[in-house]
Amino acid sequence: MPGKPKEKAAPEFVPARHPMEKYLRTERLPHIWCAGCGLGTALSCFLFALDELGWDLDSVAVVSGIGCAGRVAGYVRLDSYHTTHGRALPFATGLKLAKPDLHVVVFSGDGDLFAIGGNHFIHAARRNIDMTVICVNNFNYGMTGGQLGPTTPLEARCTTAPYGNFEPPFNLVYLAASAGATYVARWTTLHARRLQHAMVEALSRKGFTFVEVISPCPTNYGRRNRLGEGLDEMRYYAEHAVIRHGADPKEADIVPGKDFLIGKFVDMEKLTYLEMYRAKVAQLKGKR
Amino acid sequence: MPPKPVTLSGVHFMNGDEAVAEGAIAAGCTFFAAYPITPQSEIAERMARRLPQIGGMFIQMEDELAAMAAVVGAAWGGVKAMTATSGPGFSLMMENLGLAIMTETPCVLANVQRGAPSTGLPTLVGQGDMMQARWGSHGHYEIIALAPASPQEAFDLTVKAFALSERFRVPVLVMTDEVVGHMYERVEIPEEVPIAPRRKPQVPPEEFLPYKPDEDLVPPMACAGEGYRIHVTGLTHDERGYPAMDAEAHDRLVRRLVEKILRYREEYTFWEEVGLEDAEVAIVSYGISARVAHGAMELARKKGLKVGLLRLITCWPFPDEIVRKVAEKVAGLVVVEINLGQIAREVERVACGRAPVVGVYHAGGRIHTPEEVLSGIEEVLKDAG
Ligand code: SF4
Repeated sequence: MPGKPKEKAAPEFVPARHPMEKYLRTERLPHIWCAGCGLGTALSCFLFALDELGWDLDSVAVVSGIGCAGRVAGYVRLDSYHTTHGRALPFATGLKLAKPDLHVVVFSGDGDLFAIGGNHFIHAARRNIDMTVICVNNFNYGMTGGQLGPTTPLEARCTTAPYGNFEPPFNLVYLAASAGATYVARWTTLHARRLQHAMVEALSRKGFTFVEVISPCPTNYGRRNRLGEGLDEMRYYAEHAVIRHGADPKEADIVPGKDFLIGKFVDMEKLTYLEMYRAKVAQLKGKR
Repeated sequence: MPPKPVTLSGVHFMNGDEAVAEGAIAAGCTFFAAYPITPQSEIAERMARRLPQIGGMFIQMEDELAAMAAVVGAAWGGVKAMTATSGPGFSLMMENLGLAIMTETPCVLANVQRGAPSTGLPTLVGQGDMMQARWGSHGHYEIIALAPASPQEAFDLTVKAFALSERFRVPVLVMTDEVVGHMYERVEIPEEVPIAPRRKPQVPPEEFLPYKPDEDLVPPMACAGEGYRIHVTGLTHDERGYPAMDAEAHDRLVRRLVEKILRYREEYTFWEEVGLEDAEVAIVSYGISARVAHGAMELARKKGLKVGLLRLITCWPFPDEIVRKVAEKVAGLVVVEINLGQIAREVERVACGRAPVVGVYHAGGRIHTPEEVLSGIEEVLKDAG
């Protein structure tokens, strides 16, 4: 909390190497993310999930848009594509359809995926393109200095909402579920093991799967809204995140100061775009 | 390897849009993403029918931003990919066209030009996107743009566009127009169309630098899933493909992207000369306007005027040398185009006072009449004294 002296005891043991180092472009470290940012945790969970799945890493491609989360593509030692702002999904759609045996993962932020890229999100979900979308939601544009985003809660302060936000935000869980995602989960960066598990599930399900990661941005959103450091936000998640699997996505709104739902909301099977396309081609061949 | 597509061959009667689609298929295109727009629809419709027959993939995206992004993604998936659009969609595609230039992604974009700006004349001809083809995406770059004047050429140049896009790892534009797109003519499709190869890494993944160019300034391309695990970014990057945020790295990269194209002009500069041997006036034109200009030339010759035609097939990079040589030996130049003077600026720049340049312009909605061109010829003869 502001004014309160910060206790910053040095950690007793700093591992020299990241346990998932084999998946990282270590020559690119240190990364650009701020201390206390949730992006490192989200990335770690993803790497642990990949490790758990044990896939051939040549079959995995990561696609990002632009922003702090967009930099994930630059740190993973995989085929990785850092595309244009908002266009990770259509790029990933082309990639997946051109090379169907690839596991395509889109890793990006709330602004990238739901403001400038919002149209692509609903259509990729509607088509049920077989890919996993991991959205790190920190309620603002971190990279550009803390502007209002499509998930910024009402009354929250941003550089472009200096008097408090008066635009209603998206509930991403509800949006993804309504657009047709076959798997929808939300966790916070505090729930690292469960987040990892959700990523494993999302990656191994076929169809358009979606994991929202609620994450602190202490440098911008946290500071401007007096949420303290990354650790304080973790405390906030511990107090306010309520795990309720199978809850109605409609009820997954996030309102500052109030409890919010996390867990697995949707998990179902549905024919993917490629399956439908192939069925159509088979039908065509049968007719001839 | 994507399956070798079953292509048509022999003589067909088709319009320019269909010829673009067939050219793409003959060239080995197996991925097409687009958004419906007049007068491009016949290209997308043909691809939607043809690609599923030959093991390819057609997808109608939610907008042209997405169509172009999907094409770039598909190219990194290892296939030959294409999109087609018209003015308003061309504007939206500029964003990811820039990504393709920066990431050196081979792909083809056909623009069936219509009357513009804005929604303009959706069903009627224009050639007003020529400068946009050159400078439409932000930043400084070079791109190759070809302008067909007939359905046959729409086929041939689409095939060439794919080959050039692989050769230079650059998006190539087929700048056609509504009249060529909708005009039905005889199109002869050869038995065998060679499929341009993609340049592949010659070293194992540990040694591979994805943006280290070969001697000709073009780097080999490792696509997704081929074991190279490379990073590709629209940010300024070094030879490893990693972001390099400084002025020197930026200058080095942008200069190479420009130089890799400009150094090899003779490989992609195509043009046609008619009656220039004894010409006092040269008409410079391209696309559908060049066909009208051809008629005007014949009209002028009948009147005893010594007129020739320089038809530009490659419009970008602008064929400076070709135009300069013509400008040096004629008394005047007439530029015919369906805009208010875009390519004419280039002709004036290159002619550089050697000969007066008169523009015969029309903003769009119809092609010129030969008589309009003829009056331009008479005007330039007056200017030349
Ligand atoms: S600005 Fe915010 S989101 Fe970006 S790295 Fe810093 S803390 Fe993370």
